[in-house]
Amino acid sequence: MSSVKIELRKDQIEKIHGFCDEFNNEAGELINVLHKSQGEFGYLPAEIQEVIAEKMNIPVAKVYGVVTFYSFFTMKPRGRHPISICTGTACYVRGAENVLAEFKKQLGIEVGETSEDGKFSLSCLRCVGACGLAPVVQIGDKTYGRIAPDDVKEILKEYES
Amino acid sequence: MAKMDFIKLTIDGKIIEVAKGTTIYKAAKKLGIEIPILCYMDLENLNIENKPGGCRICSVEVEGRKNLAPSCSTDVAEGMLVKTNSVRVLNARRTIMELILSDHPKDCLTCAKSGNCELQDMAVKLGIREIPGQEYAEMSTYRLDTSPSIIRDMDKCIMCRRCETMCNDFQTVGALHAVNRGFEAVVAPAFEMNLEHSSCTYCGQCVAVCPTGALTEVDHTGKVISALSDPKKTVIVQTAPAVRAALGEEFGLKPGTRVTGEMVTALKNLGFDYVFDTDFAADLTIMEEGTELLDRLTKHLNGDKNVKLPILTSCCPAWVNFFEYHFPDMKDIPSTARSPQQMFGSIAKSYFAEKIGIKREDMIVVSIMPCLAKKYECQRDEFKVDGNPDVDYSITTRELAHLIKQANMDLVGMEKSDFDQPLGESTGAGVIFGATGGVIEAATRTAYELYTGKSLESVDFKQLRGMDGIRSGSVDFDGLEIKIGIAHGLGNARKLLEEVKAGESQYHAIEIMACPGGCIGGGGQPLHHGDSSILSARTKAIYEEDEGKVLRKSHENPYIIKLYEEFLDKPMSDKAHQLLHTHYFDKKKNTFEV
Repeated sequence: MSSVKIELRKDQIEKIHGFCDEFNNEAGELINVLHKSQGEFGYLPAEIQEVIAEKMNIPVAKVYGVVTFYSFFTMKPRGRHPISICTGTACYVRGAENVLAEFKKQLGIEVGETSEDGKFSLSCLRCVGACGLAPVVQIGDKTYGRIAPDDVKEILKEYES
Repeated sequence: MAKMDFIKLTIDGKIIEVAKGTTIYKAAKKLGIEIPILCYMDLENLNIENKPGGCRICSVEVEGRKNLAPSCSTDVAEGMLVKTNSVRVLNARRTIMELILSDHPKDCLTCAKSGNCELQDMAVKLGIREIPGQEYAEMSTYRLDTSPSIIRDMDKCIMCRRCETMCNDFQTVGALHAVNRGFEAVVAPAFEMNLEHSSCTYCGQCVAVCPTGALTEVDHTGKVISALSDPKKTVIVQTAPAVRAALGEEFGLKPGTRVTGEMVTALKNLGFDYVFDTDFAADLTIMEEGTELLDRLTKHLNGDKNVKLPILTSCCPAWVNFFEYHFPDMKDIPSTARSPQQMFGSIAKSYFAEKIGIKREDMIVVSIMPCLAKKYECQRDEFKVDGNPDVDYSITTRELAHLIKQANMDLVGMEKSDFDQPLGESTGAGVIFGATGGVIEAATRTAYELYTGKSLESVDFKQLRGMDGIRSGSVDFDGLEIKIGIAHGLGNARKLLEEVKAGESQYHAIEIMACPGGCIGGGGQPLHHGDSSILSARTKAIYEEDEGKVLRKSHENPYIIKLYEEFLDKPMSDKAHQLLHTHYFDKKKNTFEV
């Protein structure tokens, strides 16, 4: 787990409480609450899991269990521009692995890591339903299709400044 | 019941009719067919069922069904044809076992669970001789997590999740949960922190149900042997009430066989200088706790708004941990009386050390407990004098059995001995501390007589006994109706505590024990391996022991009377407060101290 201790502000805690209330604090809605929280904060550090556990009256061990079970959830802060490379079947056979290798090389980080300047983070996902565009890369909300390793440098340039 | 609620099926050629909703496993059991299980656990008496359907060892063949079915979690259907021992089933079961074993450490020879391990037994039963592909198998390398009471060796976890069921559903402690996925999946505290930093109460119910060596107790037998071999030390032992009702099981005796006298002989043969009884300290607890109850009751009835009721018992260290972690705002409600283990240690290292003319540093106090939380309790700072603990080592019933076996002794056929005096004399009231309802019954016997000044006609308060998770009763104290609540299992305790918190509790006094059935079902007792009828047998033994005692009321124990005359003055005196009472802490966990 991350060793950085985070101090949540009062308004941030209230925001998380709001997500819990939105789902009536029902234990069965934990995944939805985690989704909302990660959407807001970008990741789910221990401190956020604690707030959710306490508010929803769920053991924090269970919240952690759910967070670590689903690969979508992350406990590490994501970059300002999260890069997701599809390694689903279609993208994979059309060379996603080489694209991924090029991103790693250009950024000097591994999957699940964030660049030192906090700008980019790298993750893999399984199929975004755009197999016709394989291999697919998403950066933030923007989708890039038919990517070759040679395109990587150009794409990253878009995010300079 | 109407005929249509029953279902007829055939298992291994035998026809049986069972109620709708019965599983194949249970139907087979009725026919005397024991389908092997690993993750499944059914503690019927306690309404605890662990049914994740995860290990698949219990798979059976159902005619017309393509895949094998896990019998623990598949309901019977009309006309079903089940085979539990077809070649297909046997082959599948073997493969499943080989896969489970493929990443399991092969250190059986030195494993703490060896000889008492359900996984090992299964390998023996299935005759596993080799694990194909073992040389390519990836082994898990989870760090060892050692706490004051419990050791977690997750390399040996087979993800049966029984511990999770006990910790979450039965105890509502929520310290353990399955985390991660796939090969990395284990049961762990939040953020995989050490158990010591989690909300764990050390009740040990996870250890009591673990089928492998993944969860075991911290073993102090080596330290006890060292102490016994040190000629400069006077080594004293105390034995908890529940130990005598279960120790025999480790020597092949029927559950419920009492071995008090044999245990005393064995302890003397092991070389303890004095063999005393925690039951003596239980009688002492009643004097203090009973007096505190009457004191709080009288003040409350006289309209003192500062005095809170109900009073809650405080003998159970896992329960103390539970309210310190989960209900710290209510820490002024339980009795301040220390547990019998700690009262014993305190008196042994003051009163008795003085009597035999030795310094407390030269005395070692060992306790034999059915409990894992006692290991933690005796290490608490408030139970030390200048760093020297009142109780040096607390070992479990299981550890004592190991010690006895190591010393080439067998409890079966051993002659009986009596406890030494003065700290070995006890009444029946001290004995029943070992079963749920026993502490409050013992307190009632004494409180009644002290309050009314009358002698009880019968000391048996049968309404307070039983196995229901939450029970209640009322006793007439000469026109004053005293309402009593009882809970065993921390989940049940939580319910009563929520009532108290909401100001809705109707009780004057509440007894809480963390383990199922009370101490007789403690985490340090011989393993029940899922057979909860063993707990009932031990309970019966406890009440038999009580009935066989001449004295059955704590305040009639002549050595207790003498202790007050010679040393303590009277219950709740300044000296009694200093030596026999304690205070509680707000231990709401800060989960970030990893």
